[in-house]
Amino acid sequence: MRTSHLAGIILFLAAVAAPAMAQTHMPGEEPVAPYVQSDANAGATPIADPAVLAAFHGRDGIARIANRTIDLALDDEELGPIFRPFDMVRLRRTLNEHFCYLLGGGCSYSGRDMTTSHADMGVETRHFNRLIVHLRMAMREEGVPFRMQNRFLALLAPMHDEVVQ
Amino acid sequence: MRVLIVGAPVFAFFFAGPGPAAALDLPQIGGKLPLTRGVTQIEGASGAGLAPWAVIAGNETEDGVGASAFYTATPLSDYDFSAYGAAIGFFDRFEISYAHQEFDTGSTGALLGIGDGFTFEQDIFGAKLRVFGDALYGQDTWLPQVAIGVQYKQAEHEGLIQALGGEDDEGVDYYVAATKILLRESLLVNATVRFTEANQFGLLGFGGDREDSHTPQLELSAAYMLTDRVVLGAEYRTRPDNLGFAAEDDGYDAFAAYAVTDNITLVGGYVDLGSIATLNDQNGAYLSIQFGL
Ligand code: HEM
Repeated sequence: MRTSHLAGIILFLAAVAAPAMAQTHMPGEEPVAPYVQSDANAGATPIADPAVLAAFHGRDGIARIANRTIDLALDDEELGPIFRPFDMVRLRRTLNEHFCYLLGGGCSYSGRDMTTSHADMGVETRHFNRLIVHLRMAMREEGVPFRMQNRFLALLAPMHDEVVQ
Repeated sequence: MRVLIVGAPVFAFFFAGPGPAAALDLPQIGGKLPLTRGVTQIEGASGAGLAPWAVIAGNETEDGVGASAFYTATPLSDYDFSAYGAAIGFFDRFEISYAHQEFDTGSTGALLGIGDGFTFEQDIFGAKLRVFGDALYGQDTWLPQVAIGVQYKQAEHEGLIQALGGEDDEGVDYYVAATKILLRESLLVNATVRFTEANQFGLLGFGGDREDSHTPQLELSAAYMLTDRVVLGAEYRTRPDNLGFAAEDDGYDAFAAYAVTDNITLVGGYVDLGSIATLNDQNGAYLSIQFGL
């Protein structure tokens, strides 16, 4: 407990002390192996249709959906154990950016590409599909119409081949 | 104590799935998204009502072996058509299936001079191999999911089939099916080309006095997703016309499929098979239930 607090403080100080360096993680997050930041890491071309962004209730709606998806995954008896060992503070930030970027919300994506993010995680197609079910639930709770959900899922579906390795 | 020590590794062997992520979990079954296994078409293959699709039976993904079973009833204007069967899907790649079809002529049998309640029947053994493409995950390409299949059919009542002008009481259909989910449009489309010499699916035998070899036939399906558990669909299936004594028409249907749970799908609709054994306008309700694991 104490060590992790200490590590957090050191990380925080490091982050504050070196603002000029490109940060691949933010204060409060665990460090990650260096990588090149680029919107291209998101793995798809964003949707340009403002009707889609509106259906997701803009950035606020997207943030609710990304967070809710992670909550549902953590509560899932099969997916929970896969997610829990990782840094959920970071994932909440990067998944939100990812969704926001892809849905044309004007965010940029600062996370890793899909292959690197899911390397050695042992994700199977069944897990991928379960996460889609949770994402659908989160979108439904947000009131995103089914057709609009599918516009988004059509972008994510091809990522199957990078997430399931 | 001994028992426990010996038992533990065995227990672990059965319950630990592949990969590090699965180690903590209960036995894993299923995994496909609702309705993505299709339902079961009238000859026992995974697909819609009339056409086989390029999808594989059961709920398992490339990591498992799944299965499905179905019962379909189609009370037509002058006949009762029903079918039941089961299929096994291996690793979302290969499917084997069995179906039994019954075509009960009821009181129409007497009218046709073959006897009241006379029932045409056949057994159908199918195999299907998914060759390439992914209908669902391949959203970034136009390439559909493609499968090739065979259906070996063995009809009963050889004597009557021959008296009606049929060449044979057994035959093999060969098909290629291409399925694509256009997720952006909430639509699934399928086209299947079948090489067949079957008369009325094979219930009236294979080949006839008018045509006694395989001919290519086209089977088209489209399904619109209303939710992830409800689709509305329609199909068109061309059919050979081999027998001189009675014309055979193309068939079509319109249906709604509802995935009640991940394991049970109900299908209801309307089917029109045209003229069957000289009696025109054979249409009626189409009801089907499918179980999938
Ligand atoms: C279309 C499906 C998916 C998308 C769009 C997606 C997206 C992402 C994104 C954007 C990140 C953040 C990368 C970063 O922070 O640099 C990430 C990380 C992660 N994803 Fe996924 N993911 C998907 C499927 C899955 C599945 C099916 C699982 C597991 C069942 C999973 C588990 C994880 C975990 C545990 C991390 C954290 C990795 C780390 O911090 O090192 N993801 N994912």
